[in-house]
Parts: sequence; C-alpha cells; structure tokens
Amino acid sequence: MSGAVLQVEGLHKAFGGVQAVADVSFAVSAGEMLALVGPNGAGKSTCFNMLNGQLAPDHGIVRLDGRDIVGLRPSAIWRLGVGRTFQITATFASLSVRENVQMALYSHAGRLRSLLSRFGTAYRAEADGLLQQVGMLDQADRTCGVLAYGDLKRVELAMALANQPRLLLMDEPTAGMAPRERVALMELAAGLARKRAIAVLFTEHDMDVVFSQADRIIVLDRGQLIAGGTPEEVRANPAVRAVYLGGTH
Amino acid sequence: MTFASILIQLLNGLAAAASLFLVSAGLSLIFGVTRIVNFAHGSLYMLGLYGAYTLIQALGRTPLGFWSAVLLAALLVGLAGVLIEVLILRRIYRAPELFQLLATFAVVLVIKDIALFVWGAEDLVGPRAPGLGMAVEILGKRIPAYDLLLIAIGPVVLAALWLLLTRTRWGALVRAATQDREMVGALGVDQAKLFTSVFFVGSVLAGLGGALQIPREPANLELDLSVIADAFVVTVVGGLGSIGGAFLAAIIIGVAKAFCIGIGTVTWFGTEIVFSKLTLVVEFLIMALVLVVRPYGLLGRPQAAQRIATDPAPPLTAPSWKIAAIWLVLLVAVPLAADRYVTILLTDIFCFALFAVSLHFIMGPAGMVSFGHAAYFGLGAYAAGLLFKRAGLPMEAALVLAPLCAGAFAVVYGWFCVRLSGVYLAMLTLAFAQISWSIVFQWDSFTGGSNGVFGVWPSAWLADKTTYYYLALACCGAGIALLWRVLFSPFGFVLRAGRDSPLRAEAIGIDLRGFQWAAFVLVGALAGLAGAVYAFSKGSISPSAISIAQSTDGLIMVLLGGVETLTGPIAGAAIFTWLRDEVARRTEFWRAVMGLVILAIVLLFPQGLVGGLKALAARWRERPA
Repeated sequence: MSGAVLQVEGLHKAFGGVQAVADVSFAVSAGEMLALVGPNGAGKSTCFNMLNGQLAPDHGIVRLDGRDIVGLRPSAIWRLGVGRTFQITATFASLSVRENVQMALYSHAGRLRSLLSRFGTAYRAEADGLLQQVGMLDQADRTCGVLAYGDLKRVELAMALANQPRLLLMDEPTAGMAPRERVALMELAAGLARKRAIAVLFTEHDMDVVFSQADRIIVLDRGQLIAGGTPEEVRANPAVRAVYLGGTH
Repeated sequence: MTFASILIQLLNGLAAAASLFLVSAGLSLIFGVTRIVNFAHGSLYMLGLYGAYTLIQALGRTPLGFWSAVLLAALLVGLAGVLIEVLILRRIYRAPELFQLLATFAVVLVIKDIALFVWGAEDLVGPRAPGLGMAVEILGKRIPAYDLLLIAIGPVVLAALWLLLTRTRWGALVRAATQDREMVGALGVDQAKLFTSVFFVGSVLAGLGGALQIPREPANLELDLSVIADAFVVTVVGGLGSIGGAFLAAIIIGVAKAFCIGIGTVTWFGTEIVFSKLTLVVEFLIMALVLVVRPYGLLGRPQAAQRIATDPAPPLTAPSWKIAAIWLVLLVAVPLAADRYVTILLTDIFCFALFAVSLHFIMGPAGMVSFGHAAYFGLGAYAAGLLFKRAGLPMEAALVLAPLCAGAFAVVYGWFCVRLSGVYLAMLTLAFAQISWSIVFQWDSFTGGSNGVFGVWPSAWLADKTTYYYLALACCGAGIALLWRVLFSPFGFVLRAGRDSPLRAEAIGIDLRGFQWAAFVLVGALAGLAGAVYAFSKGSISPSAISIAQSTDGLIMVLLGGVETLTGPIAGAAIFTWLRDEVARRTEFWRAVMGLVILAIVLLFPQGLVGGLKALAARWRERPA
C-alpha cells in the first residue's frame, strides 16, 4: 500500500513469557478509519502503546509516512504528526478547556519555552475553532477537572487535532460514554478525518460504533491478527465469529 | 589494608546495620500500609534510646535488668506510636499526603522537646551490656562481644518479621494492604485496627533499634533527624515497603560507612582525602546512584496506582497587582513608623517568604515535592559568605553571584531529581541536602565547619538596618514577582500541565524533564538569593541554614499557608517566622509549642490557613439567605 500514512510490519511484544503482540502487520491510509478490535486481553492497548512510543516493541517496524519511528519518544512522535486520545482520558485538570487546547497549539508552534510572556494570549481563536468543531466551545472557560467524562473525550479530540495530525490514534474513544454520545463522537471524528485526510486508527468495544464508522476492521486475538477487511467481510468471517461467539474455527 | 582489618570493618558495618535495619523496616512497614512517610520515626528511635537509659537505671545493671529495659523501652515506644496514630494520623488519612507529612513533622518537634524536658540537653552515655562488655579476639583484632550479638540480631528480626508477614493472618492483611489498600478496605477489613497495629509494630522496631544502641551511642537530641535521614536512605535504596530490601540496604550502607571510617585519611595526587568524614556523602551517593539505576530501589516495585484519585489541583488564580501594590506601599512605609525590632523581623520574613515561595513553586504548581529545599538556601548563603570572606569580593558582587552558585548546584542535583517522582523524588532531594550539609559541616578549613562563617556584613552604604530592610524588600520582592510571573508564562503552564498529566504532556510533544530541570535551577537560584540576603542581614552563616530542620521549616511555611494558593506561602512564612520568634522569647520549649500549633492547624484547616479562610469565605457567600 503506497499511500499508507501508517505502516506496521511484524510487530512483536512479549511480557515475560506472554506473547502480547505477535507478528502484527497492517497499514492505514489518509482519510481512512481503521478499527482494531478483539476481545479483552487481545493485545490492542499494547499494540497502541507501541505505535506512539510509550512501549518499545521487541522487534518490528512502524513507519509514519515512510519514516521508521520505533525508538522515538512519544513527544517526538507527536511532533511528526500523530495525535492521540487515551482509553482513560488524560487532560490537564487544573487548566481550562481552552488552555488545554492552547497548550497543544503552543507546543505545535514551539513556543512553550518562554518564561516571561503571558500564556494564553496567543492561539485563542485557533483553540476556539477546534473547540467549536468538537462542540465544546460553550464550555471553553470551564476547568477540565470538573467536566463530564464524555466532554473530556471531546477535549482530548480537540487537543489531538491541534497539531494538524497525519494520523490519529484513539484508544477506546467512546468508553464510558452513553450509547447515543458514542456514535455522535465517532461520526464527528470520521467527518474530520475525511475532510482533513487524516488516517485514524481506533480500538473500540462497541460493535455498533465499529461497524457503522470503520472503513476497514482488523481483528486481534491473543496477540495475533486473525482477520481483516471491510465491515461486511469481517462480519462474515468464521474465525471472527468463533472468537466472539465461541465454538470451533 | 590487611585481610584482618577488612574483616573488622565488615563486622563493624554489620553491627551498625542492625539498628539501621530495625528502624528502616519499621518505617517501610508503616509506609507500605498507610502510605504515610513518618518523619517522626527517628524520634521514636531516639525515645527508645532515652527510654532504655532510664529503664536500665531503674531495673539495675544486671543482664536481666538490661534486657528487660531494652524490651520494655521498645514496647513503650510502640505504645507512643499507637498514641500518635490514634490521636493524630487517624484523623487525617484522607487528607492530602503533604498534610500527613506536616503532622509527622509536628510530632518530631513535640517529641524533641519532651525529650529535652525529661532528659535535658546533655548527651547521656549508657552503660555497657552486662556480661557482654568484653571483646572477642578475631585475627588478632578485638571486637566487642556486643557488636557480634547485634550482627546476629539483624537476621533474627528479619526472620521473625518474615514469619509474621507470611505465616499469620495479620501478615497477610499487611501484605495485601501494601499492594492495594482500597481493595483490602473494600473486602471489609477493619482498616483502623490494621493501621494501629502496623504503627505499633513499626514503632516497636524503631524503639528496639534505638534501645539496642544504648551501649554504643550516647542518647542525644540530634538523633531524631539524623536517624530519619539514614532510615530514608535505607528504605529508598532497598525499596519502599520491602523488608528484605531494607535489610540488604542497611547492610550495604552500614558496611560502606564502616569502610569509610576504616580507611581514614588517604593522600591521592597530593590531596588529602579524609574518608572518615565522608560517611554521609558516601551514604547519600549510594542512594543517588541506586535511584538513578533502579528508581524503585533494589528490591522495590513501582508504587501501585491509587484508585481513589486525589482531587485534581484547583486552577491557579493570578495575584492581584493592586493588592500587591498596596502591600508594597505599606511595607515601604513600615520603617518610618516602626521600631528596629519590627524592621529586623520583617527582613527575616522577606528572606523566608522568598524561600517559601520558591519551594511552593516547585512543590505546588510544578508538582515536585522537595524535602531538601534548604540546600539551595544554605548554599546561597554560604556562597555569599565565602565569596565575600575568602574570595574577597565586594558584598554587592557576592550577593549577585551567590544565587548563580546555588543555581549551579541545582543544575547537578536537579538532573538526578527530575528522573524520579513522588516520595522517591522527595527523599532524593533530602539526600542532596544532607550531602551539602555534611560537606559544609565537615570541611572545617574552608567553610568553618560547625562554627560557620563570621563577619559577613553588608557594605557601608547598606549597613544601616533600615537601608538593608529596603534591599531585602527589593531583592525578595523581585524574586517573588519573577516566580509568579513565570507561573503564568507558557513555561509555567507546562509545569502545571506536567503535574496534572505527564502522559498527556508527552502526548502533545512536551519533553517534560527538560522543563522540570530548568524549574529546579530557577527555584534553586532564587532560594539561593534568599539565603544570600539572609546571610548578610545576620552577619554570619552556620550549617543549620542547610539542615533538615531548615528544609522542614520551609515545608511548614508552605503547608501552613496552603499549597494551593500563591499568597499562602508568604502568609505561612510571615506567621511561622513571627510565631517562632514570639514563642522562642517566652519559652525554652518553643518547638513543642510550634508543633502543637501546627497539629491544631492540620486538624482544623486541612487546606492550610489561606485555603481554609477562602473555603470559609466561600461558605459564607453561599449561605442560604
């Protein structure tokens, strides 16, 4: 796949004797929504953490726009254009919603080293623009520490978009949200991804979300990819049915 | 060194390791279960030593009298621990960690004065152990029989603890709580009883560690802080919460220190190195090395995540420049109306305010708690004094260069510190402060040793107390304004963001360590400025400017005023400095009074004075009409 933004080849990770991720390869192209699914403990989060530099793979290649990014720190990978949302939201609780997004914008512009200028005067309009897109503008002045969980997920999305990413990694983006909110958030993400030609890789437990929003789905079981394809193909795949519904292969 | 002398030093080290292990095991046990860093643990050790001294006199110098006195002293210290747990700590288990720490500081102050009241200020030399006073000859060298007994006691206590922890239901609960305190609570275990019993056992160990030292070490009032520093090093090197780790670390530290003393003075490349004076340095270097290589200690594991998230820090509100201006005008006017005493007291307060604000900067918004902030205050003071007296620089130049020297030390210390977080970070800062203190204390020929540096007076045009008052106001005011300004800059926001969520900070391209390191250097330099201004206002500097006591004073000021407000540390510094001055003039037992005041505040205002007043004001505004 030549137009792939993210290309993963032969990714391996073992914890002690447990092979958490074994020989996983896949690719995501610009504007594509790729869902990584699998039962609990299949290795989804391990896979994710290797993509953004939190975990070092035992071996394997991770290419972003053709460049090998294995061994880079998360901060360096972000600078190459990878936005990330977390399974358990991570925002700056003592800062306002707008300041959270401004942090990402300042960082993108390399303007965080200033000791004497006042933070928050720059990138106000850009931050509000991003908050508008995720529907959080009306709460821009609230402190993140007091927000509802679903709203925090939106703030994370806005922060992930702040560096005009080529790739968006969303680990269970809708966990902890009400069912109606879930589809809305993923529709939002999908719309933004297509409009801005961002490649999106997400994990998700809610199959309604997966099958309605993903362009392609790959299925991980006990560390190995067992299937991949369009939602229809995956739905019909007997191996997938076996993993999710039990029974023999 | 011959084989025999190596063996002797090894045995010396192992004997010293026994008490070190006992007190550290107790500290580790208590920390594992309650998550409280018990600063008063050294005080309990001290009580064990004093208690044994008195009890031996009462019970007689027979083997029976001696050993019952030792055991009785340990048990009584255990009861003292229970008292501390039930009366104070139990009420604040849900308070922020730092408040628990503050409470245990207060207990240190109270116990010190109780010991002063009961046993007096003179060192008390205990008797030798009856029946064990003789020496055993090994390879032609003589070793006290009592030391050999101590060497045996360490492993015996380790085995007993191991049996207690692995073979009893109580032990299973302790191990479970060490791994996951909330889960144990959720399973219906009576936490209050468990915590009290753990405090009892931990305190008995501390008391026993102290009591066993009675034939080897005179009981004195400085033991509390020196022992707690040693115990911190041992628990951190071994791994917090790991008894086996404490044992291993106690042996490593004990033996390393013994070898330093054994090596004595060595001349390398024409420089005389007095190893026997470097024991503290070696001990803390071992700790720094271990923490950098194994951040959780030799046998420790990363701290289990606490499920009950502590409340996120509230947003920081910028200080009002109008109110600051009013204060400034008032302070400028003070010397016109007030007497000399007030001017001098306020000059002290300015220095401590900058010291406290710089500590608050690093522990509050930047989220890196320092137990050893006095290092930079003291090094700034010494740099000023030594540049003035030894290098012969003019006072003005010394005042400008001193903060840079303190900052240079912060460059080195900070490089290690930003690699750690939480309790480990705090203890490493304490370790660096102790290294600085011991070098200053022991390098007689350069720093003046325990006497310090004298004749550090400002230039003639600043010599007048009123003029110096304005200089202190200008320096400290500018320092505080700078720190506050930086807090609201992009740099300051990075620090706050990194405290809130390091994970998110990295995920938006921020290399946090670099920023935290820079913050360390900034606050180090400004604490150094505070120290330099202080040195010239007093005319002399003593090692106490770098001591643990000075560091804890800073923590008390910050926590007293409230860590969550910007003005809190200033209020804390002012109240603490004034109160200490007032109390110290009235009673010899000012520490106990301060301790009781702090305990009252901790129990009544768990958010600090300014935070508490704000909360009261908020409740007043929201009251039903």
